[in-house]
Amino acid sequence: MHTRYLWPVALAALASSAARAPVRPAAAVGAIAGRVTFTGTPPKMRAIDMAKEPSCATQHQTPVTTETVVTGPDNAVENVVVYISAGDSPSATPTAPVRYDQKGCQYIPHVAVMQVDQPLEIYNNDETSHNIHPLALSNPEWNKSQPAGSAPIHASYAKPEFIAVKCNVHPWMHGYFAVLATSHHAVTGNDGGFALAGLAPGKYTVTAWHEKFGEQTQEVTVAATGTVTVNFVFRALPY
Amino acid sequence: MPDTTATASELRHVAPQSFLRRYVFSLDHKVIGKQYLGLALVAVCTGMVLSWLMRWHLGWPTAAVPGLGAVSPTGAPGGVITPEYYLSLMTMHGTIMVFFVLTTAPFAGFGNFLLPIQVGAEDMAFPRFNMMSFWVTFLAFAVLVSAFFVHDGPPIAGWTAYAPLSAVGKDAGPGQAMGQTLWAVSIALFCVGQLLGALNFIATTLDLRTRGMSLARLPYATWAWFITSVIGLIAFSVLLPACILLILDRVAGTSFFVPAGLVISDRLQPHAGGSPLLWQHLFWFFGHPEVYIAILPGFGIVSHILPAVARKPLLGPRVFIACLVAIGFLSYMVWGHHMFLSGMNPFSATLFSVPTLIITIPATVATLLWIGTLYGSKLRFNTAALFCLGFISVFVSGGLSGFFLAQPSVDVYLHGTYFVVGHFHFVMGVAAMFGIFAATYFWFPKMFGRMMNETLGKWHFILTFIGVYCVFMPMHYLGLAGNVRRYSAFADDYMKGSIPLHQFITVAALFTGAVQLLFLYNLVRSRFRGPLAPANPWEATSLEWSTPSPPPHDNFGGHPPTVHHGPNEYGVAGRSGDYIMQASPEPDPGA
Amino acid sequence: MGKLFAVIVVVIAAVSTTIFILHTWWPPPDISVHGVGIDHELAETMIATGVLFVAAQLALALFVWQGSDARAGRTIKRFPGGATPLVAFAVVLVGIEILSLTFVGSKVWANIYIAPPDSGALHIDVQAEQFAYYFRHPGADARFGGLHPELIDDGSGNFFGLDPANDTTARDDIVSSSLVIPVNHPILLTLHAKDVGHSFYVPDLRLQQDFVPGLVIPLHFTATRTGKYEIVCTQLCGLGHHTMRAFLEVMTPDQYDQWLKTQAAQQ
Repeated sequence: MHTRYLWPVALAALASSAARAPVRPAAAVGAIAGRVTFTGTPPKMRAIDMAKEPSCATQHQTPVTTETVVTGPDNAVENVVVYISAGDSPSATPTAPVRYDQKGCQYIPHVAVMQVDQPLEIYNNDETSHNIHPLALSNPEWNKSQPAGSAPIHASYAKPEFIAVKCNVHPWMHGYFAVLATSHHAVTGNDGGFALAGLAPGKYTVTAWHEKFGEQTQEVTVAATGTVTVNFVFRALPY
Repeated sequence: MPDTTATASELRHVAPQSFLRRYVFSLDHKVIGKQYLGLALVAVCTGMVLSWLMRWHLGWPTAAVPGLGAVSPTGAPGGVITPEYYLSLMTMHGTIMVFFVLTTAPFAGFGNFLLPIQVGAEDMAFPRFNMMSFWVTFLAFAVLVSAFFVHDGPPIAGWTAYAPLSAVGKDAGPGQAMGQTLWAVSIALFCVGQLLGALNFIATTLDLRTRGMSLARLPYATWAWFITSVIGLIAFSVLLPACILLILDRVAGTSFFVPAGLVISDRLQPHAGGSPLLWQHLFWFFGHPEVYIAILPGFGIVSHILPAVARKPLLGPRVFIACLVAIGFLSYMVWGHHMFLSGMNPFSATLFSVPTLIITIPATVATLLWIGTLYGSKLRFNTAALFCLGFISVFVSGGLSGFFLAQPSVDVYLHGTYFVVGHFHFVMGVAAMFGIFAATYFWFPKMFGRMMNETLGKWHFILTFIGVYCVFMPMHYLGLAGNVRRYSAFADDYMKGSIPLHQFITVAALFTGAVQLLFLYNLVRSRFRGPLAPANPWEATSLEWSTPSPPPHDNFGGHPPTVHHGPNEYGVAGRSGDYIMQASPEPDPGA
Repeated sequence: MGKLFAVIVVVIAAVSTTIFILHTWWPPPDISVHGVGIDHELAETMIATGVLFVAAQLALALFVWQGSDARAGRTIKRFPGGATPLVAFAVVLVGIEILSLTFVGSKVWANIYIAPPDSGALHIDVQAEQFAYYFRHPGADARFGGLHPELIDDGSGNFFGLDPANDTTARDDIVSSSLVIPVNHPILLTLHAKDVGHSFYVPDLRLQQDFVPGLVIPLHFTATRTGKYEIVCTQLCGLGHHTMRAFLEVMTPDQYDQWLKTQAAQQ
């Protein structure tokens, strides 16, 4: 679920998010919002050479680049998963599946966030065969091929884990499954912003996870109303 | 001092009465031989069904196989075979066919039933080892088949199980976890079973020959089984430790076959210091002789049956035995020809090429002896005869394509293509199967006391003979066009043109497979309804034809025969019958 | 029955041989300097085995046809001269064939695999992995960066495990997924595998060599025709084995220089 919240309009999002989550207590109107940025020089993303797979290469007018560190304006860091890692009350498992696409020999989204036991559907939209190999460590690991035109692969994960996903047929294809125990999560967009809405008053631990930069956590106290601002800053190295 | 040995011998040959001792844990070589043949029959049916699935997928990759989706929901969702399931089918097909059909049927099966009778013995030298040999082999088969049902799926590394693909576990792909371990355990067990069998064959041939049965009077089939067991003794005793090392690499963290610095599925492997080439050397040191383990019994069977159906002696009997010995000897010097392009020192390629080419000389001589035996013969065209003739034809076809692959300079182009697949299927697959069919039609009356249906048998032969040429000859053409083997689909542009030929092969393979139902029907029907067989329906000379069909528990009713002649006394002029049986006391016609 | 068998054998031999003679399925045109020798060796072997194939099948058919003669009283005949002439025939004929093939073939083989590469050969480093090839030119400094398996990161495009942070020679290495080479220029490849065994096979180039994990295997050739060709894997390497390929692009020297410049700018 590639949630693109813009933090200045976090309050608007808060309302819709609360409406979608009937299991939460009515008092849950607090929110956490903020921005993820970097200092230093991030590594240069390389152009991906898809010559091996002409059916994918022709789908991209300009060469796509690797997505290990995707940055936006004002040092924003994209693809950071921000979530409540402690203090959250349990919530029901969503039944709506998370969709993960393989298109043009790329994973869309790059990071797919799902809750524990939430159904996951993986689609192959390409004219070529892929294999999906989520390199799970705590969860059971599997590795399946998905030839062109095959049915979607259905999966789910029982334990929270950040799982690297790779396609061996197209080694440049790399993505992540973020399996979380909480329903409060967001992935930063191009502006690095995120918002976690619908929180009951209390003390929380907020974690920001990035595939290259690692994890940062902050302790936050959320009041009955209003938004608490939390920012994360990662240090970037060119290599 | 009381004669304890005689007492023990008498006790041993009292026929056991309980069902379990008679038919399951039997010490009788005849029952064990039939058990091996039964195992081979189950294995060959399994292996053939797997090949049908593979051929189906190669012809029509996106077409669903009816019913397969229910049998294997992960491997073939909706009945469409996935690439990894294709590789599993291929791995299991190769392993089942090479080990559990081409080794068990012609060598362990027919050898067990016939060798002791042909040398005039009451049983094998070590009946308990013999029983153990079968049951260990059976266990090996059960372990292998169980790989179909493990969570991660059956192995995908091919029957050659090249390391590191086979040695590093699940990171290398689906099926490389538990499935591959089961494969290695199964093959290790199989080696144990065959070593016990080979020991028995050697000891029985050398020590239990009856009076008058000199080595020169041994029937050709016995010679072939004897030489095969010598080859097997050396080959399996190398594969056994190789499999143990592979298992250790997989489960105990050793690094016999895995070098340092491998990154598989993004994970740096915790191994260092091993050599993938070591596995290849050990495997092919077994693997090439294994080809002769599969085919030499066929040589023996053909040479044994051919004189009986041609009604004249085999041409050059001693030369033939010399050919068998030469092939057995040379089979240990040629394993490197599987590895011309695998990173060995390129000088060794030229070295391995020479004995590989030289081995064609004894093979050519043997073939010429068969063809020469046919010259001026009075052929009796029973089904066994037809399969012997078919054997000669396909052996010539498959053997000659070996000339290409034996030369490193030509192998550069043809290695890893369907040319190789066509070659070895002809020479060790089809030829050995024709040997098995010939043996079945020939010795079925002796084994079960009933004749097989000849009309069905002849249809079975003609259709199979045409079918196998339609399946395997086109594979040579595919190879010439550079069509790579072990591909589950042909995504490469230059290979797409070969798909119509693949579809032709698929149709031919399904047809040829269906024809085998004739054989199965004939086998089952004849077992219960066939006309009762006389002791010597083919007017043949060797000792098994001197005893009733089927033979009594101790083979000769307590009166081991005395041998007066060689096995080659056919076409004898100036007497009522044109042959002299080995146990016949009459003087040599030339004397 | 015997006559039917004989007829079937003759038909099979005739059809099989005809398809070979017509070159209905045949190797693609050779684009390498060394391939001429291989094609010659292949043709020689084809003729020799073809003659033996036809002769053996026809002899089998003929003797079976004769042997099916059911006339009563017909006596069997021994093969003229017994086994000795057959043995002599096999040893001499096959022996000569073996000797000639070995002498000529060994030269062809040695020319490809034993002879050292041309001193001016263009060195390209090749890594095979599940299920792709990556090719590396040394870049402006003409030196390859060192390989560090622990740094391999496919997602970031570091397929070789280079260490540009500490190893300056690695920074200008040009990595591509196609093998791009100039025509008529000696090429030296060094093959190494990242994970399991693979193979480098270009039918047009008449060249095949396995990648063996733990070994660096040199391979050299000169391509004589420009164009785009397929490189495929012939060593079973896992579930995507059949999808493992890359393209060989043989360019004119000008085109090659241009390509190299474009690539260098992208690294």
